[in-house]
Amino acid sequence: MPTIGVNRDALFKSLGQTYTEEGFDELCFEYGIELDEVTSEKEQIKKEQGEQKATDIPANRYDLLCIEGLVQALKVFLQKESAPDYRCVAPLNGLKHKIIVTPATQKIRPYCVGAVLRNITFTKEVYDSFIDLQDKLHHNIGRKRTLVSIGTHDLDTITGPFTYDAQTPSDIKFISLNQTKAHTAPELMELYSKDSHLKSFLPIIQDSPVYPVILDSNGVVLSMPPIINGDHSKIKLSTRNVLVEITATDLTKAKVALDTIVTMFSCHCDEKFTVEPVDIVGHDGTVVETPGLPYRQETVNANNLNKKIGIDLTASEIANLLTKMCLRSEVTNADSGEILVTIPPTRSDVIHACDIIEDCAIAYGFNNIVKTFPRSVTVGGQQLSMKLSERLRVEMAGAGFTELTFSLCSADDVGTKMRQVGKNMDNLAVHISNPATLEFQVVRTSLIPGLLKTAGSNRKMPLPVKLFEIQEVVLKDGSRETGARNERRLAAVYYNKTPGFEVIHGLLDRLMQILEIKWESTNPELKGKGYCIKGAEDPSYFPGRCAEIYVHGKAVGKLGVLHPEVVTNFDLVCPVSALEINLEGFY
Amino acid sequence: RVNRAYKMNSDNLQECVLKQIDRYEAVDSNVLAAALETDHQAIVGAIKSIQCYGDVIKVEPRNTKKWNVTEEGKQVIKNGSYEYNIYQAISAEGTLQSEVLQKIPNSKIGFSKAMSNKWVKVDKKCEGGPRVFRNIEDLKDETRHSLLAIQNGGVEQIGEKVLAELKKRKLAQEIVNKSFFIQKGGAFCLKLQKPETDLTAQMIQDGSWKSKTFKDYNYNALGAPPAAGHLHPLMKVRSAYRQIFLEMGFTEMPTNNFVESSFWNFDALFQPQQHPARDAHDTFFISDPAASTKFPAEYLERVKTVHSKGGFGSQGYRYDWKIAEAQKNVLRTHTTAVSARMLYKLAQQEEFKPVKYFSIDRVFRNETLDATHLAEFHQVEGVVADRSVTLGDLMGVLREFFRKLGIEKLRFKPAYNPYTEPSMEVFGYHPGLKKWVEIGNSGVFRPEMLRPMGLPEDVNVIAWGLSLERPTMIKLGIDNIRDLVGHKVDLQMVYDSPICQMDF
Repeated sequence: MPTIGVNRDALFKSLGQTYTEEGFDELCFEYGIELDEVTSEKEQIKKEQGEQKATDIPANRYDLLCIEGLVQALKVFLQKESAPDYRCVAPLNGLKHKIIVTPATQKIRPYCVGAVLRNITFTKEVYDSFIDLQDKLHHNIGRKRTLVSIGTHDLDTITGPFTYDAQTPSDIKFISLNQTKAHTAPELMELYSKDSHLKSFLPIIQDSPVYPVILDSNGVVLSMPPIINGDHSKIKLSTRNVLVEITATDLTKAKVALDTIVTMFSCHCDEKFTVEPVDIVGHDGTVVETPGLPYRQETVNANNLNKKIGIDLTASEIANLLTKMCLRSEVTNADSGEILVTIPPTRSDVIHACDIIEDCAIAYGFNNIVKTFPRSVTVGGQQLSMKLSERLRVEMAGAGFTELTFSLCSADDVGTKMRQVGKNMDNLAVHISNPATLEFQVVRTSLIPGLLKTAGSNRKMPLPVKLFEIQEVVLKDGSRETGARNERRLAAVYYNKTPGFEVIHGLLDRLMQILEIKWESTNPELKGKGYCIKGAEDPSYFPGRCAEIYVHGKAVGKLGVLHPEVVTNFDLVCPVSALEINLEGFY
Repeated sequence: RVNRAYKMNSDNLQECVLKQIDRYEAVDSNVLAAALETDHQAIVGAIKSIQCYGDVIKVEPRNTKKWNVTEEGKQVIKNGSYEYNIYQAISAEGTLQSEVLQKIPNSKIGFSKAMSNKWVKVDKKCEGGPRVFRNIEDLKDETRHSLLAIQNGGVEQIGEKVLAELKKRKLAQEIVNKSFFIQKGGAFCLKLQKPETDLTAQMIQDGSWKSKTFKDYNYNALGAPPAAGHLHPLMKVRSAYRQIFLEMGFTEMPTNNFVESSFWNFDALFQPQQHPARDAHDTFFISDPAASTKFPAEYLERVKTVHSKGGFGSQGYRYDWKIAEAQKNVLRTHTTAVSARMLYKLAQQEEFKPVKYFSIDRVFRNETLDATHLAEFHQVEGVVADRSVTLGDLMGVLREFFRKLGIEKLRFKPAYNPYTEPSMEVFGYHPGLKKWVEIGNSGVFRPEMLRPMGLPEDVNVIAWGLSLERPTMIKLGIDNIRDLVGHKVDLQMVYDSPICQMDF
């Protein structure tokens, strides 16, 4: 969730109202903004000085990412003002600025939009907020500049028409922001590879044969998106006219970002809430004016809305509530309850009637809605696998074993440490391509390593240590939709001074007893109808101390004394006997 | 009088002690020691042993103070005090000081004492060196006299000042004598019968328990822990949550697919392909098997359309939706992927029937591990699908659900989630922590998710989710998740964990 820093006192001043801490908390909570808890003394001091962080701005509300937007939204919500009417106003002489997009840009970053903020007045606070909003948009909607990147320029230092081009990197040379001498693009890439902030953006264009660049009619470089602006056109506190250019790989998001910036900061222009449009001359010659500042209309029905929320309001009450949320609404048919809702360019998050319904519920107050219980008549039920597991867990604990739980592990844990290596492992385990830590490279193919690891980190415990887990492992399976399947298993280990094969064997007998599966013994009548164990080989087990478990003639698992190397691989010092069986056939 | 050889046997000593108590009714252990001519310690031992037999005797500890003469004091009694000896060594016409000092043991102490008592005087100008003269006639050795009195038990005749002086000179000392005052107890007897440690099978069979006495149990000690296995606290909490859902008429969803395609994990939930949750920083992508191939073709087409162009009343996200992104296998990041599959299945039925579903199972996030985040955790999820279910119903069902967990007061905060609208964060007032804590997320599934599946327009689906680990940590007072799950858990914590009833 995005976070913005807000000066509480300045905010109260803008709202024209002062709140107690609780009152302001309540307002924010109702509106869906969460204030950071004060956790340190330093923060306490900051708080007393009026600095407070508004966190948890909903991720799709780009219009709340700066103080300007937050104040505007709250003022409308508190009905101190009506929502502004944002307008594009072309220059009096009719000569709009142009950005000419060349075909070369299609290979790297195909979209460009722009706008001009005329006669804007910056103060230190406004300037900081302006820069900060661009950072926030880069990060959120821009997906770290991959989708959208924004450049803002002092229009009075440059001369249109502007060109959005893509050029061979070595041909691009300019003085970049806050530098003193000109660098070529490759030199800049080298320079910024050491910049902690900018280096993460370099891969977006690094390997491309051409780099995006925006130039003015004199060849002055405005910016090299999405990396850096030129120093020549940088915004100063004294700047009065701002050119905003946005390049993108996603046109929808570029338009939203532009609409957001210009609507948020048009409140600082001499003629409030107006924006001067820019013509974008496409690579195919088509001309499109930006920003769109689209006002979209949607009709909602009061009945439908009441039914979705579980309230009972008149159409006009609903229209009033929606208007508080910056969605100007009017009742078009009181009888049928039809309401025409106008969605302003600041509310790009509203894409469906359900978004309007939510805003109505917020304005009504979630906590004012009467809580009802769904009348749906249903019968509860369990998954059979879980039903069995729940019963077996209790029996296992009754047999003196202690339960554990986890599921990811390193490749080594199920592989080399268990002496299970080679093709067999690769064919079995599901591999994670991007694990953040070595602890999680594969999904478990066996439950035993986890039990051994736990025993290894609990060597202080009195012996014997008896552990079990009932959980699912994941195995590759080409017959499944995803190529993998879960398999429910039961595993147990017995760790003591003596191997205790008879203990783990006795546990198997007990399990079979409660599952009502008879021991086949040497009784020929029971052959293939009960369970038995037969000597087997498995690299994880000590030779001659491993048996395969057969239930109804099918192999379902193994038990035995683990190989001494396995024991030492898991930092254990005494013998371990173990059991692992597949439960899939038991429910 | 008791014969010494007889005394050696401790059992007999106990009997002798009992006889003496019988005679005196009440007696001090010191008196007993004197009477039996036995060491006091042995008497104390005998008393302690007798006490083990129950209320045979009543014993009160006593501290008595007593003056006695030290070894040095005894020498003084025998030989006279040093200062007296000095005085005695001086002839009537005086004696050379050096001669006096030489002749008498401890003469230096004696001399200075005699001087300060003004018993003697020194003339330094005498011929042949300083000479000592008697200063008074007719002297009694008071020091020796006092010590003698103490030795004979006549300490009360001596003034405090003198006692203090003797103590300072380490000739006499005051010692604290610990003794016991003994009286007959309710079960006094002369012949002790040894109590049995515990009841035996033999005693029950031969009836001998009737005539035996038994040692008291120590109720201040802990019992022996039962030999037992233990359930993991997180799994106990899982059982508690399952039970709540079952009580509320919910049906468990099959969640046995940790590996899921991006399609079901994200796209089906109307989560756009550029959404940060689909970043490698947040999600575990599978390298092998890397991709899923089989999808319901028509449904996939509708999902593609609603993302890229909109539909069902939605503007859509208006971007270039790619099948390759949807095919990428991931470790499911939420069990909502399973809910999506279940709702799709539900939509394929001839006639819609309301359902209430739940699941509690593992989900995976490629997060930076810290005290509260692990790469895997359990998601608890509830879903209700029915015609005309409202946001008020969601709040009502949450109220009942959390009420069963002992949380009575709920608060709802607007939130954002790509697949629910409205979305609400659920806060509960925790009576133990005395504050509002976030206890879950909830919402109404978006039409862009439900309608492409084929669910009728008037069917609403409400859902909520929470983690299983967080309430368990609060319940157990654990602040590091690694102390709860993973191989670093302390088995003692598992052994000692309570039954985890979740109603705080």
